[in-house]
Amino acid sequence: MVKEKYTVGELKAFKKRSIASEVWRNYKKSPSAMAGLIVVCLLILVTIAAQVIYDYDTDIVQQDIMNRFKEPSLEHPFGTDHYGRDVMVRVLYGAKYSLSVGIVSVAISCFLGSSLGLIAGYYGGLVENIILRTCEIFMGIPSILLGIAIMSAFGQSLLVLMFAIGLVYVPMFARTARAAVLPVRDQEYIEAAKVSGVSDLRIIFTHVLPNAMSPIIVQVTMGVANGILTASSLSFLGLGVPVPAPEWGAMLSSGREYIRDYSYLTFFPGLAIMITVLAFNLMGDGLRDALDPKLKQ
Amino acid sequence: MIRYIIKRFLMMIPVLLAVSFVVYFLMDLAPGDIVGMMAPPDATEVEIEMMRKEMGLDGTLPERYFRYMKNLLKGDLGMSLSMKRPVIDIFFERFPATLKLAFGSIIVAMIISIPLGIAAATHHRSWLDGASMVTAMLGLSMPSFWLGLLLIILFSLKLGWLPSGGSDGFLSIILPAITLGAAQAGNLTRITRSSMLEVIRQDYLRTARAKGVSEKKVIYKHALKNALIPIITIFGSTLGNALGGAVAIETVFSWPGVGRLTVSAINSRDMTLATGCIIMFTIFFTLTMLLVDIAYAYVDPRIKAQYSK
Repeated sequence: MVKEKYTVGELKAFKKRSIASEVWRNYKKSPSAMAGLIVVCLLILVTIAAQVIYDYDTDIVQQDIMNRFKEPSLEHPFGTDHYGRDVMVRVLYGAKYSLSVGIVSVAISCFLGSSLGLIAGYYGGLVENIILRTCEIFMGIPSILLGIAIMSAFGQSLLVLMFAIGLVYVPMFARTARAAVLPVRDQEYIEAAKVSGVSDLRIIFTHVLPNAMSPIIVQVTMGVANGILTASSLSFLGLGVPVPAPEWGAMLSSGREYIRDYSYLTFFPGLAIMITVLAFNLMGDGLRDALDPKLKQ
Repeated sequence: MIRYIIKRFLMMIPVLLAVSFVVYFLMDLAPGDIVGMMAPPDATEVEIEMMRKEMGLDGTLPERYFRYMKNLLKGDLGMSLSMKRPVIDIFFERFPATLKLAFGSIIVAMIISIPLGIAAATHHRSWLDGASMVTAMLGLSMPSFWLGLLLIILFSLKLGWLPSGGSDGFLSIILPAITLGAAQAGNLTRITRSSMLEVIRQDYLRTARAKGVSEKKVIYKHALKNALIPIITIFGSTLGNALGGAVAIETVFSWPGVGRLTVSAINSRDMTLATGCIIMFTIFFTLTMLLVDIAYAYVDPRIKAQYSK
């Protein structure tokens, strides 16, 4: 309810509340969004801890043929694989690949895509046309096939995987950013800024970008989720992070050969992917509601 | 409307040419070349050079691409380098399987998501709403190839009810279609729910209720019809996703579709086959989008009115 009169104290309180704290206040209200945030924080902690505790050469890739195919037990909660390596240790350690691919690739696509989208939306005309048509071309190719083509062109490595997935999702960010700029492009305050001699770059950063922020932030969290899924599909097809790195998709793919007798080998890496993607999706949903309470139904 | 459709068709040409360039260029960058792979081990330099010429792989990249593009404009996708047969024939041999899988998955997705979405919207903020949203979220977050493997473990290996791969008979499509459908169902449920929620608030529904129309009729006759309109748009991108998403699923279920064909073409550096398959994918994807737009205009008179202006 909007009150007719406010006390001075109340008005001051309004002013103090920044946009970020407002969003956080809304975000906290959703239990699922909070669950997503907590899981993401835990995952990051686990990733860091796993790098400290385990040694790549002895704990992650070293083979122990005597102990192969041990069913899940207290000693090996997720069992051991066809080389006798502990699956739980590998899954925990492997979080680093999925998280880093998800985050770095989104950083790439967010930076390139949003810049292109802002430029397209702000300048309009021919520039906009060229950028939009280029996006259309890349969106016409199914993302997984484009990813495969890029991976085979530049070779398989973690770095190329990040780059490939980052590139695949550039058009999505470009379109999101452009769509967010369109409604403000013709506003009077932009014109006023132009007339008073503010440079284009500055106008884009101070007047246009803030309006495009919320859809981009939502797209970032969803993008991390999508990126992790695409990366794991590529690794599953044998085109992601090369073996013997414990990437989850690659672990699933090698576990698949033993699906008949040792199905737990496929179960745990997949579960890890799902939990991670789910957490980022929940965060994305929560952020969208928090950033734009009007949309919430 | 006709003008709009023609314009869309003409716009496909530059997009396809650009797609062919991107893919051809990427394939050219890939290390390892097919002539080296296919030549007998005792072939001399001269023989290899002749093979290269025979396959149309001689000359610089621009020369080769230009030759390829000229044929492409005539509608000729060339010969597969590894199978020595026209790309178009190979593609259409495998395409029906992928199409079958895509449609099967959409049917599965609709069976799951439309009732779930309606239930969530009509019981807004109840446990039913929460449960269907959780289900949708799980579907969205699950790697589809993992779901496929889990289904194989349960239904083929443990229970022995359904085949774990191949494509003979109706039974073999069930698991792949469910796998691919579940991935689409997550998105579709959420969209059905939000579009239904929007319609439910409209005045004409209040009017219908005030007239004394039964609640069931209000939902299924008045609300659903209007709520389905945005779902049609999603149908198009769902079909596109199904075509692309089929790549991993086809591998899991050894389904003889074009997704697997494309992956193996890329892996064996068969440039013409890979480029041709991706071009065909793009054509089908763009055509689906166009069809969806047309269908959209027919279903919603408000949009048709915009075109005729």
